[in-house]
Amino acid sequence: MAVVGIVTPGFRGRPRSSGPELPPGQYLTEDFPVLSAGPTPRVLTDRWEFVISTEAGQEYRWSWAELMALPSETPTVDIHCVTKWSKFGTAWQGVSLDTLMSDVDTAADFALVHSYGGYTTNLPLEDLLNGQAWIAYRYDGADLAPEHGGPARLLVPHLYFWKSAKWVRGIQLLLDDEPGFWESAGYHDYGDPWREQRYQGD
Amino acid sequence: MTDLYTDGNALAGPLREIFAVDVTAATSQCASCGQAGPVATLRVYDHAPGLVARCPGCEEVVLRLVRGPSAAWLDMRGAVFLRVPL
Repeated sequence: MAVVGIVTPGFRGRPRSSGPELPPGQYLTEDFPVLSAGPTPRVLTDRWEFVISTEAGQEYRWSWAELMALPSETPTVDIHCVTKWSKFGTAWQGVSLDTLMSDVDTAADFALVHSYGGYTTNLPLEDLLNGQAWIAYRYDGADLAPEHGGPARLLVPHLYFWKSAKWVRGIQLLLDDEPGFWESAGYHDYGDPWREQRYQGD
Repeated sequence: MTDLYTDGNALAGPLREIFAVDVTAATSQCASCGQAGPVATLRVYDHAPGLVARCPGCEEVVLRLVRGPSAAWLDMRGAVFLRVPL
């Protein structure tokens, strides 16, 4: 019998010798911890909408059906939570923010992301563009579960995962930076895991 | 799945570090709906980057506590007052 049979068939991790390293202070997890600052909103897709509003007061709206009709992408990305767990190779499906922003007329430099349930998070607008961010509605081949932010969440994996707002309902484009939920309570305004920007002053 | 919160007694240790008294015995009033009650009856979401204590009446945030390695941030904008028995 061939020895290859002992290779773990379900193992999808990267080889430890050649894969990307963890950001400083992080540990690797294989499961997908659920973090939440409040009750899980149950948002029906027939009532769901996504709104981008500009500094001039213009609004761009998508219903669920309109979002589904847009071209989607299937990014596989590493994610890093500020509570120190990281997960490699998470597979998503969603619409790129480049697609959603393509017709939006704005001079804004900042974005404040709003969620169903009241959560907010802020980031520079440029971090949402150029293939860096998606409105994700499927994870690991299935519809995104409510505890992971379904029906749709922001996915912006190059920043700590608190920036990837669950239950996303809109993005407010702003000329001036405005801190979100955790950013106004001690967490770093930008949150780059590779520079370990966890708290204000890091 | 059930929501991941516990009761306000989870604030006892983290707040004792900041206050000399056990704040969970104090009364807080929610700035959103006006409901008042012991801090120990708040709903504390602790599977999060900080402790988020919500009003049992309206689920709005009453208190947030973030503990970094060298400082703590306490945000009480969701509370009208804290009445501490002395």
